[in-house]
Amino acid sequence: MKPIEKTLAMTLLATCVATGAAQAKTITWADTSDVYSMDPHGQAISPTLAFLHHIYEPLVRYNKELEIEPALATGWEAVEPDRWRFTLREGVTFHDGSAFTAEDVVASLERATHPDSPIRGNLPAVAKVEKVDEYTVDIHLNGNYPLLLNDLTNVYVLDKTWMDEHGALNPVDPSKGEQSYATTHTNGTGPFVLDTRRPDAETVLTVNEQWWDEAEHNLTRIEFTPIASDATRVSALLSGQIDMMLSVPLQDISRLENASGFQILETPGLRTIMLALNQSPETLADSGEGGNPLRDLGVRKALYQAINMELIRDKLMRGKSRNAALPVAPAVPGYDAELDERFPYDPEAARQLLAEAGYPDGFSIGLDCPNDRYVRDEEICQAIAAMWARIGVETRVNARNASNHWQEALNGGSDVWMFGWATLPMLDSFSILSQVLTSPHDKYGAWNPGGYENPEVDELVKRISVAQDEQERLAMIGEAFALTKAEVPLIPLHQQPLIWAANDGIQLPQTPDNKVRLWYATVD
Amino acid sequence: MIAFLIRRLLQGALVMLTVAFIAFSMFRFVGDPVTNMLPQDATLEQRTELQERLGLNDPLPLQFGHFVTNAVQGDFGISYRNQRPVSDLIAERLPATMEMVFAAVVLSLVIGIPMGVYTALRRDSWLSHLFQGLSLTGISVPTFVTGILLILVFSVWLNWLPSFGRGEVVEIGGWSTGLLTVSGLKALIMPVITLSLFQITLIMRLVRAEMLEVLKTDYIRFARARGLTNRVVNFGHALRNTLMPVITITGLQIGALIAFAIITETVFQWPGMGLLFMQAVSFVDIPVMSAYLVMVSLIFVVINTIVDMLYFVVDPRLRVDAGKNTTGA
Amino acid sequence: MSTVTQRLNDDWRRFIDSDLFYSFRRSPITIVAFVVVVTLILAAILAPWIAPHDPFDVSTLSLLNSELPPAWVAGGDPAFLLGTDGQGRDVLSALLYGARISILVGLASVAFAMTLGVCLGLLAAYVGGTVDALIMRIADVMISFPPILVALLINGVARGVLPPEMQHDAVIFVLILAIGLTTWVQYARTVRGSTLVEKNREYVLAARVIGLRSRAIMAKHILPNVIGPILVVATVNLAIAILIEAALSFLGVGMPPTEPSLGTLIRIGNEFLFSGVWWVVIFPSAVLVLLVLSVNLLGDWLRDALNPKLR
Repeated sequence: MKPIEKTLAMTLLATCVATGAAQAKTITWADTSDVYSMDPHGQAISPTLAFLHHIYEPLVRYNKELEIEPALATGWEAVEPDRWRFTLREGVTFHDGSAFTAEDVVASLERATHPDSPIRGNLPAVAKVEKVDEYTVDIHLNGNYPLLLNDLTNVYVLDKTWMDEHGALNPVDPSKGEQSYATTHTNGTGPFVLDTRRPDAETVLTVNEQWWDEAEHNLTRIEFTPIASDATRVSALLSGQIDMMLSVPLQDISRLENASGFQILETPGLRTIMLALNQSPETLADSGEGGNPLRDLGVRKALYQAINMELIRDKLMRGKSRNAALPVAPAVPGYDAELDERFPYDPEAARQLLAEAGYPDGFSIGLDCPNDRYVRDEEICQAIAAMWARIGVETRVNARNASNHWQEALNGGSDVWMFGWATLPMLDSFSILSQVLTSPHDKYGAWNPGGYENPEVDELVKRISVAQDEQERLAMIGEAFALTKAEVPLIPLHQQPLIWAANDGIQLPQTPDNKVRLWYATVD
Repeated sequence: MIAFLIRRLLQGALVMLTVAFIAFSMFRFVGDPVTNMLPQDATLEQRTELQERLGLNDPLPLQFGHFVTNAVQGDFGISYRNQRPVSDLIAERLPATMEMVFAAVVLSLVIGIPMGVYTALRRDSWLSHLFQGLSLTGISVPTFVTGILLILVFSVWLNWLPSFGRGEVVEIGGWSTGLLTVSGLKALIMPVITLSLFQITLIMRLVRAEMLEVLKTDYIRFARARGLTNRVVNFGHALRNTLMPVITITGLQIGALIAFAIITETVFQWPGMGLLFMQAVSFVDIPVMSAYLVMVSLIFVVINTIVDMLYFVVDPRLRVDAGKNTTGA
Repeated sequence: MSTVTQRLNDDWRRFIDSDLFYSFRRSPITIVAFVVVVTLILAAILAPWIAPHDPFDVSTLSLLNSELPPAWVAGGDPAFLLGTDGQGRDVLSALLYGARISILVGLASVAFAMTLGVCLGLLAAYVGGTVDALIMRIADVMISFPPILVALLINGVARGVLPPEMQHDAVIFVLILAIGLTTWVQYARTVRGSTLVEKNREYVLAARVIGLRSRAIMAKHILPNVIGPILVVATVNLAIAILIEAALSFLGVGMPPTEPSLGTLIRIGNEFLFSGVWWVVIFPSAVLVLLVLSVNLLGDWLRDALNPKLR
């Protein structure tokens, strides 16, 4: 029997037994796409990592208030600026019964930072990991680095012996045509155990009775199903096939609210939606004639002020979005409420600015958008095109699927393009400052094909990356945001809402990072 | 016979190579998978490095060569999205699609043939007109509209049938089947109706047309003249003569059904090959996309060759100019 | 050349006078279908003049008018008879322009497929030999693939080959090309079959004996005789072409939302199906089904009327 069949046969047996149990508390939930892999070091995709957090655990984790708290590590200190010492939790066992020790942490972090590892980028500062004793490890860094704990929340620990036994000590490398045992099998320390998995159909977890932490949940079983179609997902919830769903389409909220027995969970998300303005080419791709009007600050500001975000929020987003002037959400460290005030909507002033910049009759421009990535992405772009048309900027909307959109935009082929930034997995303003607002050099500026460059900002980013003192670091971030806000290298639009829906029998916390943490969930 | 077979196989291989090349070159342009595989704040360095490792920067002919050599050995590489061998992924999804397609074929025959016979025999009865009208509606309503409406009525309003998925499945020797559980059968109903509507219409119209042709032939007139009952003539002689084209068309349509399943599977979240393909398209999972197209083409080529061979065996006239003649669809 | 047209016209008129028109008058449902198709085509052609708003002029759109219900429903605005969509676009105007694009793509791809198919079919039948074998072999391969898959492939290749800034304008041509290339086989087969029969008729042989060139023979004698079956195929294929376009647009690889066809309108509206904004999906769906159904009815009638054996 193949392993999959074996697990399946065992599940069938388990299901028969489980249905006999009186206190079955099952939660069935759905999101738009499947968990890609069971290997926690196999990919760096947020929803997958969030799901795997039920099976595997990191050294430190976010709690339901999105604060970092001890998980597999109970304490930590920076022994030297570039060497952190972690004290590990004793008495933790993996699902197969073996004990959790320093060996496992060393092997796991080495696996995650292996040159072939797809999530190596999640631990950019880790140079070396060393076992000190059975329950202590030292993490050596490349240099000063303030965000180690944030990074560690996304790197889960696997059992060394188990990996060794199944030849999974090295991460999977898709380019070498290998698959890892860990892609389809699990052995974690988390609150739930993988029961069965049918990719793209269903992934089932049961409870880990030996979990080290005190269980706040009362679940016995979790069933996860991906349902890509919005309409189908909503109807599955309404018809009782699922208990909970993420990504509730805005237009269906009132319907769920009107149907009895359902609750809507909503919170402003971390993801800020923005328009990037391409200043690098001599001529714009869609404008036809010579010159790049986006190089003119007045033009950028005119485009900004021509957008009526209140109207977009009220109509397209059904009042659920939060308009933004900063590229980060309030929950992200480095956010500054004072800076977060948009230049007012003022088409008259915008027309004036265009005239002053030498474009009294406007110009034509392309607006590139994904059509499958963000809440109402394509519709927002169309609405903006209509608003720009009214100040004389003839706008052509090019909506494509996200993959094509990124390829075009990141190669510098888009005039103006929409993108969103949640600062995940780092959950810090440094994420967007370093990758979007810094000029492309070294490891910075990967998402700055528009060629925005401000030496002051570049310098600040360099200093932020090694800042020791948190207050000082936040002050520098604020300074960088103030500088960039004045120059309008991009137009922040809003934070899109996170909307979940569940039947009334479920209680669970919702965090702005859109990660489901079912170990806090209870079912009536 | 052997020469004919060899010729067909060579043609098949050529078709496959063309499809492989088109599929391959098309996927060079559908987008960049790297953005999907790395966290958003990945550095430039990481991005170029991953592109390098995936071989995306190799010259095209080299990539194509790799692709074909491996594909011939059944190795389509590792999915970027699931990080599992593509051949495994397809093997897992194949039963779901094949069961749906098979059920749709059965349904279209079971409903289509009697309707066709009836409308041919009782051309002017009101029921015939109704069937004709229904069949026209069947080919005039887009599949996706049918599917969505079915979900609206039977899942949301009436809450009788599940709106997505396959229900519970049972594993039999590597083939997962939904035909053995109640929830599996219930889940099958709406997708199969959606998928088979077009086929029912097609079969009905084909049977009707063929029956009408056959009923006009001398052969049937003689049969009637011999005093055989209407029943024997209609079903024993006429219907039997229409079945050959019906079987041919059904065979050839299996390929079309597999392709149309893309839409049905998308609407019903049916975990088959079509859904895998659509998911791969949005993730730019190049190995999966190429493998799907090559697999589907292979199925077409095999079915077509089998149909051709059957004709060759059944109809001796074909043997004279086998090279020129067509499958007669 | 004008004599040829004249002859064609005469043949055609005789045809209509005899059977076709009689059976047309006898079938009320066909008359209804005909009226529907003609009305829709007229509405589509006249869209720029009869549409109450210009859905392409984004500067006139206002989110303030978004999601208004049809005029007769409470909250509706008489300025927007069938309501507005999420962008504040008038649904009636969008429908008229959408039908225009759907019909345009349908007719153009049929014309393209017909030209290609008829030429190749005539060529195959008349020249025979290797040319015939080659053409029909390609036809076999083409027809064995479902149109939707071939259209997806061609669409994908075109998107890859064309520079991005051209894609927007080229979409409609790519669709016509993709649908046309998947549907020419039936014409080719029909023409080839009929030609093979006609080719050996006495009058064609006679024409050849008196020294007429093959092109003249094809145009004068063979083509008029295959026009009936071709017309039937064309009508049925018009319905199929419109459906393929709708399916491609529904899958998101057809017309963009800024220039929506009926399929695009359904794709956009589909998300609102369960949320009470029914008018953005029901109206385009109804028009699409009505259009395709009417075309199919016409095709059906035409086939029965032109095939004396079935009467």
